[in-house]
Amino acid sequence: MDNGQLLVALGAVLFALGFAGLVLRRNVLVMLMCMELMLNGVTLCLVVFAQQAASTAATVLVFLVFVVAAAEIAIAVPIVLLLARHKHTLDLGAYTDLKG
Amino acid sequence: MIGQALLWFFAAGALAGGVAMLVLRHPMHVALSLIGTMLSLAGIYAALGVHVVAVFQVLIYVGAVMVFMVYAIMLLDVRDTSFTSRYSGLLIPGVAGLALFIGALVYVLRREGPVGDIAPGATAFRVERFSVDFLHEYWLHFELTSVLLLAAVVAAIAILKAKRRGDG
Repeated sequence: MDNGQLLVALGAVLFALGFAGLVLRRNVLVMLMCMELMLNGVTLCLVVFAQQAASTAATVLVFLVFVVAAAEIAIAVPIVLLLARHKHTLDLGAYTDLKG
Repeated sequence: MIGQALLWFFAAGALAGGVAMLVLRHPMHVALSLIGTMLSLAGIYAALGVHVVAVFQVLIYVGAVMVFMVYAIMLLDVRDTSFTSRYSGLLIPGVAGLALFIGALVYVLRREGPVGDIAPGATAFRVERFSVDFLHEYWLHFELTSVLLLAAVVAAIAILKAKRRGDG
């Protein structure tokens, strides 16, 4: 197994673990962190391919993805805090009234 | 040789952190294992020679995002039910889906063969080259990102106001 294959496999496994966490866990904050794990797996693959192509554009894209992730967390955590204050729990089972 | 060993070491660290995130119960422990995964990924980026991305990974993800997350966990009540029972009712389908996904991944990687080797630290990607290219060619994207961040700030303030209205 060469390095490229190892790192792409690691990225995909991190994505799979993050997705499994998103489905399995109950706590909203933990689910948010699992989404971050998925994003990290994708970023790892992007960096590997950027390094193979020796491309600056891909590295700039990685930087922009980081910024977007920071903005996403800056919005998502206050929303979770608002939900927790409203429902008095972080358990996703309590949010069933969000169903359409 | 040392670079290769470091790559394997950090890859194992990232994987261990990812698995620990699924298994651990308390959100603070989950956050700490995510921080471990992110630091391992930064180590991988540094071993590959992409120092710019390694620095951003530590500064933005570990320094900003995860500190924010840890503060949020500290603000919340630890006696919550979701802190004691960790898994939802989808445990069996979720684990089956995970096994299927990893199986499909192994199959595809075996069928496709090598994706192209990269030697650790072969082509060091320096901050100088990144910053010159960034501000010469990609300045428009940079400005658009700042607009996005401004929108995020406005949205965070709006959420804060909604919170106050909800309390009052």
